[in-house]
Amino acid sequence: MKLRLIFPLLLLSACTKLQPAGPKADQVLDGPLENLTPEQRLQFLRGDIAFNDEVFTRETGLGPLFVSTSCGSCHAGDGKGHPFTTLTRFGQTDVGGNQYLQSGGPQLQHRALQGFEPEQIPAGATFSRFMPPANTGLGLLDAVADSSILAMADPMDRDSDGISGEVSWISPKKYSQQRPGGISQNGKVIGRFGKKAAAYDLLHQTAVAYNEDIGITSVFEPISTYNGEEGDPEIASQTVLDVVFYLKTLKAPIQRNASTKDVVDGRALFISAKCGTCHRPELKTGYSPINALSQISFYPYTDLLLHDMGSTLNDGYTEGGAKTFEWRTPPLWGLGLSKNSQGGGYFLLHDGRAKSINEAILLHGGEATRSRNNYQALSEAERKKVLIFLESL
Amino acid sequence: MKKIFIVIASCLFVKTAVAQIDSSLLRRSAIDTSGLKLNMDAAYSRPFLSIGKFPVSFGGYAEANYQHLGTNGVTEGHQFQMRRFTLFVASTVSERIKFLSEVEFEDGAKEINVEFAALDVELNPLLNLRGGIILNPIGAFNQNHDGPKWEFVDRPMSATEMLPATWSNVGFGIYGKTFKGDWALAYEAYLTNGFNDRIIDNGVGRTSLAAAKLDPTRFEESYNGIPLITLKTAIKKRNFAELGLSYMGGIYNKFQDDGLQLDKKRRVDTYALDMNFTLSNWRTAVNAEWAWVFVDIAPTYTQQYGRRQQGGFVDIVQPIYRGNFAGLPNSVINLALRAEYVDWNIGRFNETKGNIGDNFWGLTPAISWRPGAQTVVRVNYKIVRQTDLLGNPPAKTGGWQIGFSSYF
Repeated sequence: MKLRLIFPLLLLSACTKLQPAGPKADQVLDGPLENLTPEQRLQFLRGDIAFNDEVFTRETGLGPLFVSTSCGSCHAGDGKGHPFTTLTRFGQTDVGGNQYLQSGGPQLQHRALQGFEPEQIPAGATFSRFMPPANTGLGLLDAVADSSILAMADPMDRDSDGISGEVSWISPKKYSQQRPGGISQNGKVIGRFGKKAAAYDLLHQTAVAYNEDIGITSVFEPISTYNGEEGDPEIASQTVLDVVFYLKTLKAPIQRNASTKDVVDGRALFISAKCGTCHRPELKTGYSPINALSQISFYPYTDLLLHDMGSTLNDGYTEGGAKTFEWRTPPLWGLGLSKNSQGGGYFLLHDGRAKSINEAILLHGGEATRSRNNYQALSEAERKKVLIFLESL
Repeated sequence: MKKIFIVIASCLFVKTAVAQIDSSLLRRSAIDTSGLKLNMDAAYSRPFLSIGKFPVSFGGYAEANYQHLGTNGVTEGHQFQMRRFTLFVASTVSERIKFLSEVEFEDGAKEINVEFAALDVELNPLLNLRGGIILNPIGAFNQNHDGPKWEFVDRPMSATEMLPATWSNVGFGIYGKTFKGDWALAYEAYLTNGFNDRIIDNGVGRTSLAAAKLDPTRFEESYNGIPLITLKTAIKKRNFAELGLSYMGGIYNKFQDDGLQLDKKRRVDTYALDMNFTLSNWRTAVNAEWAWVFVDIAPTYTQQYGRRQQGGFVDIVQPIYRGNFAGLPNSVINLALRAEYVDWNIGRFNETKGNIGDNFWGLTPAISWRPGAQTVVRVNYKIVRQTDLLGNPPAKTGGWQIGFSSYF
């Protein structure tokens, strides 16, 4: 009789032990920041579901022209995108604004519901392809004070290091709320999100993505990308805000093998090659109403500034106040986990043209030429250590 | 006072009426055990209860289970589920006219479906007419899906989500069988209402024939006025094997409305091969099904929705003990294994020419105890790997499922 009781108890106790364990926290990009309140965790979960599980259909507002059917399909596991999910933007060549807004600019909706014709790039319009970025740690980047970004800028290269990071001054969206301590200049604010730093905050980024990527109108972005007319919101404002909160409170990537010799050596070589001048290892957040984001030091390897990256990466297209050859320094954190969201390979740089970290480094030009040359001057073993370090991020 | 009298009188009347039912009148209808029953006969090859010579017989089955599954270390914990409660009513209208209905309550009463409600008229063994709500004979599982017949708590993924069992529609058709010695040859051909745009415009985010079932009007009207054609032929040798080949196809999209052309006609075509046999020496039963789905999708629509799919399953069931178990003399204990696979999106990305992921494979070892032919108690351990569209590292699922399924 005892044996009969023991068997089901053993079976029940084995339930969890015989199930597949989850990957370690440092192997995945998703998951919330620590120290969120229970209420904040609930909002994180709502945003997680809206971001990763909600697939839009014709009935729920998809398109009719679109790029993707859900947020999560472009950011698998909250990581970088894949050429399948790459966006195409066209029609702007200078700070004068987009000349093709009446022809469907700035974003190409190259997919369409059956019965509709997708957009084509208008003749004569220059364009660039944008690989969807990783979402991880966005809240920390959002919480960096404007004054900190300004302090890193050196547009006139006064320190003569060849690096002249520029602030991206952009016109704010009507619905954007200035962040605590926000700085504006002639009605413009500091952009920090997007390849050209043309988005002010995560609400701006999210509302535009719903609208231009999926064809979903909201109270924030009510104009249909199909016919240019203002329509009823196709998504609840609270859902958009939940997604913004989700993006804000995703944890930062956790570095792996940080104390191994190769990683330590690689980091030192990365710094000595002056890569860290733009890819700044450490930033600090200012005040944030979300405690978990307030006054935190973190390690994104970016300065959130625009830099001249040379002619090779100049597609002849730009956004906001950036020039066509300027790109915002992308954060390097999470770089080593990119393969897990990009289908097993690397698709790096703004359009995914680099198939390895080494190739991405070698495509750097402009202000980064000196750093690239420094990297190339390293021995093969040293370059390997730099790559091992970057993969650990 | 009058009301009290009526209530008491009613109670007495009901009690008297109940007492007058003679339980010996309830009889199990005989099941044909000739060995030449095919999957197409499954609808009527069920244990029915009839009352005396009353021309209506009843039956049904229920299945419930416990499960504890986890995916990538995250679990919903201990779950108790009443998956299905199904009622059959069969009626012999006359010697060669019969009617069968099957009503299924899924997940408690969250879903109530009339899965089958058809009138059969036998003109000749080779020519029978069938009309009403029928089960489209694509593959074998759709026809032969009763829980007590299977050793596994979950239905096969390829059969339920790809084909998509249970898939029934309003329509008409013919079927027939012929026998020669130990051989039986059968055919079925039906015209029914069909699929709709939801197969490529759904919240699942992939081509899903099963999503078409979400259209609440599909039993009232055809989505586009074009019938779905379902054809099946099967051959069986007594005590050896059955092989079935089936096709189902038609137009799935709303290509016109109010006489206005909206789009070109777009087809969905499915093919299935099913097979079952029992090795006579070991009594090892093998049941397998493989299917292919082809969907015409505009090239300007996202590749997230696959133009081609394929998948199937193999169930192997090995009896290891026959005899008395827990005081039930006709018990059979089986070891079983299900292997299953679905590629939801066969093809290569236009952008990279790399392989599109989005596939599923599963392995389910099981132990089942059949105290009698009509009841199964089953213990499964489920192992699943699911890869996303881009082919990133798969989500790993695993866990226990323990449950029963029984005719009643």
